[in-house]
Amino acid sequence: MSATVIQAPGGDAPGGQLQARQRILTLVMVWAILLSAPLWLPLVGGYTSLGTRILVLGLAAMALNFLVGFTGMVSFGHAAYFGLGVYGCGLILRYVTASTPLGLLAGLVLGGVAGTVIGALIARRRGIYFAMVTIAFQEIFYFIAYKWNGLTGGFDGLRGFTRANLHLGFATLDIIKNDVVFYYFVLFIFALVVAVMGLILLSPFGRTLLAIRENERRARFLGINIERHIWLAFTLSSIFIAIAGGLYALLNNFADPSSLYTDLSGELVIMCVLGGIRVFWGPLLGAAVYVVLQDYISSHTVNWLFFVGGVFVIVVLFFPRGLLGMLRRRRDA
Amino acid sequence: MLQLILFNLFNGLIIGAFYVLVSLGLSMILNLSNVINFAHGNFLALGGYLAYALIPFIGFWPSLLVAPLATALIGYVIEVTMISRLYGRDPIYSLLLTFGLAFMLQDACRYIWGVNGLPLSVPNNISQPLSQTYFFLNAYRLFLVGIVVVSVLGLFAFLRYSRMGMRIRAGILDLDTVSALGINVRMLRSLNFAFGIFLAGLAGVLAGGQIGLNPNMGDTLLLPSFVAIIVGGMGSLVGTLLGGLTIGVAAALTAVVWPAGSDVVVYIIMAVVLLVRPRGFLGEEGMQ
Repeated sequence: MSATVIQAPGGDAPGGQLQARQRILTLVMVWAILLSAPLWLPLVGGYTSLGTRILVLGLAAMALNFLVGFTGMVSFGHAAYFGLGVYGCGLILRYVTASTPLGLLAGLVLGGVAGTVIGALIARRRGIYFAMVTIAFQEIFYFIAYKWNGLTGGFDGLRGFTRANLHLGFATLDIIKNDVVFYYFVLFIFALVVAVMGLILLSPFGRTLLAIRENERRARFLGINIERHIWLAFTLSSIFIAIAGGLYALLNNFADPSSLYTDLSGELVIMCVLGGIRVFWGPLLGAAVYVVLQDYISSHTVNWLFFVGGVFVIVVLFFPRGLLGMLRRRRDA
Repeated sequence: MLQLILFNLFNGLIIGAFYVLVSLGLSMILNLSNVINFAHGNFLALGGYLAYALIPFIGFWPSLLVAPLATALIGYVIEVTMISRLYGRDPIYSLLLTFGLAFMLQDACRYIWGVNGLPLSVPNNISQPLSQTYFFLNAYRLFLVGIVVVSVLGLFAFLRYSRMGMRIRAGILDLDTVSALGINVRMLRSLNFAFGIFLAGLAGVLAGGQIGLNPNMGDTLLLPSFVAIIVGGMGSLVGTLLGGLTIGVAAALTAVVWPAGSDVVVYIIMAVVLLVRPRGFLGEEGMQ
């Protein structure tokens, strides 16, 4: 066992020129699609806010995949930190000040602090037990949002706030009324977060996370402090997903307990798997496919939940590598 | 005040009994198959609905046994055809599979039996209160606690003394060795899964008689049952038993002084246990 050579995992390894060229090609393609989306979305029967929704949930799924795909720890309770981002942003806008950046910052801090504390409590667990503890912890925040009627609006959710226009000094961005401007604002935040995420994964710290994923025992023998790395990865991931949560609050002008619920956690995980957890952009594609599919199914039948559940089962049993994972496999073969 | 405390304590015992049934089944499946069964609460609801469908034909008492058995059979088929294909793979896949199955079962129940809650009729002679002062004590609730005690004792006796129970316990410790000794591990896991689902189905029938049936009735029991397993210690069924009773009673007693906090206290207990004793009450060292 010790003599087996671990094959470098696909495209996320520092490779030769061919791989570098492929990576650039991928980047160009992804950004061309994302930047031009408001132009062609209406032509294919979509609408701009659907694109924004995909972007936000895609960011959330990519943030989760930072932990699931690149550290190898399956969190099934990441809706907690997403939801804290939603509520953090919503509460600031509702009670404190009408400032979009402050709202996002508050969401980030709330989700990040919770992720730091809980990450410390669970970093020693592995595999299915790690997943189980994340599920259980997410319920705390759900109940707080659900029961603290006076602050959060309880079951009905937090209403009565709207995102505020952005004043840049030389110009004002109208993100309240103009869907397209809001899309580009979300895309700007998305780009920042994804860039940070990508740079972390390319850094020595990110490489260490991959090493832990591939062979934890060997990484430990090399003197790596596994628990501290997992804790940090969990914290970073919860910060990233809390930013997505803040954007979600801005998108809907509404916060409700379902954004903290187990169902959303499961949906985020299926987005990751659907796109491919070993691929950086996989979760974004997974989110796009899942959101469109859910939109389609729920507009055709009242029993949409049955078919969404069916999607989970089919993906797991027949396409466990995800869409991009299969593509890469075919290319490598 | 005393009456209020007694009332809540007894309620806590009832809820704790449900937690115990649900979490013991979950725990058996988790220990031997390394699978978190998200659909467990939906199997519970299915058990209740099957009893509802069976009672007009065979009456309450036979349904109490037949409905859980039918649920277990459905669980067995699902395990053999789908879940067993994912053993040994990354846990993410079995999590997602049972998660999807939960959606499907929930919607199937809704489709067949309707969105609105249904009452599950319990025989008249056990649904009357026993006394005016202690109105919360009726024969059905005492009977419910009795059934749970009997099934838990039966389960532990089965695991302790029967050949198959021994194999299950051995398999939890070291599945490879059990397999090398010539035991059909695949079959063992399938039957073990069916046992866990049987307990869920039983809990469903009992819960239906207590609070009525609805497609989401298992959801409120499922997550606290995870906590019961974590608090009691992974890998220990006695621990799960203690965990379930602890959080049931703690939630009920909290309801006396702080009604809104009765759900949250369950998770506060979990956080404290994880902080002070990460392996839980009776968890095996190293099983984490």
